[in-house]
Amino acid sequence: MRNTCLNEIHKLAKVNKKILFIGSDLGAGTLADMQQEIPDQFIMEGISEQHIIGMSAGLAMEGFTPYVNSIAPFLTRRCYEQVLVDLCLHNLPVRLIGNGGGVVYAPLGPTHLAVEDIAIFRVIPNMTIIAPCDAEEMVRLVKQTVNWPHPIYIRLAKGGDKVVSNKKNGFEIGKAILLRPQGQGLFITTGVMTQKAIEASEQLEKEGIQCGVLHVHTIKPLDYQALASLIPKVDVVVTVEEHARIGGLGSAVLEYCSDKIPKHTSKINRIGIPDKFSDKYGSQETLLEYFEITVESIKNLMKLKTRN
Amino acid sequence: MIDKRSKELRKTVVDIIAIERRGHLGPAMSSIDILRVLYDDFLNYRVEDPDWDKRDRFILSKGHGCLSLYAVLADKGFFPKKNLLTFCKSESIFGGHPERGKIPGVEASTGSLGHGLPIGVGMALAAKIRKESHRIVVLVGDGEINEGSVWEAALSAAKHKLSNLTMFIDYNKLQSYGPNAEILNLEPLADKWKSFGFSVEEIDGHNIEELRILMKTIPLDKSKPTAVICHTVKGKGFHFAEGKTEWHHKSKISDDQLDEMYQCLR
Repeated sequence: MRNTCLNEIHKLAKVNKKILFIGSDLGAGTLADMQQEIPDQFIMEGISEQHIIGMSAGLAMEGFTPYVNSIAPFLTRRCYEQVLVDLCLHNLPVRLIGNGGGVVYAPLGPTHLAVEDIAIFRVIPNMTIIAPCDAEEMVRLVKQTVNWPHPIYIRLAKGGDKVVSNKKNGFEIGKAILLRPQGQGLFITTGVMTQKAIEASEQLEKEGIQCGVLHVHTIKPLDYQALASLIPKVDVVVTVEEHARIGGLGSAVLEYCSDKIPKHTSKINRIGIPDKFSDKYGSQETLLEYFEITVESIKNLMKLKTRN
Repeated sequence: MIDKRSKELRKTVVDIIAIERRGHLGPAMSSIDILRVLYDDFLNYRVEDPDWDKRDRFILSKGHGCLSLYAVLADKGFFPKKNLLTFCKSESIFGGHPERGKIPGVEASTGSLGHGLPIGVGMALAAKIRKESHRIVVLVGDGEINEGSVWEAALSAAKHKLSNLTMFIDYNKLQSYGPNAEILNLEPLADKWKSFGFSVEEIDGHNIEELRILMKTIPLDKSKPTAVICHTVKGKGFHFAEGKTEWHHKSKISDDQLDEMYQCLR
């Protein structure tokens, strides 16, 4: 997903001089071909995220569209105030591409996890937050970012994720995609948790429980229309995210329901990371198991709730 | 000795302060003479077209010093001086810190410290990539350069050889709580900036003629960004406020205190 994202940026930059790629201190060889081909549009700036965001704001004020890439926690937490003031207060078209959203960097420990990134960015006006589910969706997404007039945070997954998106669904920022039609239940998911929800939905179908999957690639602006149309039609909603239960997609869905369709609020059940720092290493998958974000647990919660 | 023009600009600042009986007087007075010379003699701009693409960009990174910027921009005609009488009112465009998109001539919303130099680096880099000849000027406070982001930006400015970027440091030696030397010592300041790859000059930031002469020599080096350390006095022009931390930001200013301010400008 990451390579696809960066390669797409390279392709766009070749035909659009306004597009710049700015890295902090990325892995050796990252976009080496871009650096060679269009050196003026490739900047490796060093481990200085606060400055990088400010500099990107200055470049955007002058008409450039910077795509900034670093590890997600350092692109969100480390420079939070610069993102808020320099990018969002000025409402500038800078794109932040965060590697390893969620618990991808499990073996590296809690300093490298990004499980609150959606929460802290969701409260900033003008910010757009997107978590695509696979590399093919990433291609469609990157194309849409060129002319989007606001700051965007793109949350990258580990890569090599199973392709579950479909070209025929297209891609529009802010428009959720119903990947499986709703039945008695509906999973509302983002990022690569969509894969897990699809699998859970398929297994549940075999057990006679029909559950849809609404893939909310854009967490902000949230697709209120899709929520308004689908939630009243089902008995149970389970939101699934690789993010803290506080402040992420589930919270956003709950807030919407509470504000606009309050009688449906009690249908919402949230699966996410509990309010504690990770005290385990292992892998993304083992950490997700530890936090009970698995196909099995998603399925079980849906079963339990649809039975009641 | 403060000349007539600098007194006039200071009077505008006092007029603004009088509205809500509050404001950052000290930092406005240490920077106002630098701003005067910048806008009189150095910066290229078009008052009737503030977004003119060939303009020099000026960022007041120490946004709390905005009263001096407001006074100078009004003096130059970016907006009528009487508009400043709305200072800090609910619907005003003039708040306690300056905002881009609201005030003609303001390039960046500042207030939170340590943001102006990185933005200035971005603007200077943009001009360099496009081979444009306009210049970028950033005014930072001395307390402000406690912020690590300033030094991150300094490394970058030198790396990109941004000779089109000039930073003025309003070195009034006082931050909000007390002397820089006690809060977080900056010395040896000139050596620090030199070692970060800047070409550095030191100057009396209230000496109009010296400022004019120095500005004619910018960039000091054609392959480096410039840092001008301006030795200034916080509250300059008001004997009761000079070098006094309590005048960094003052509220509930009394009639007598206001009268005394105007007396100082006679």
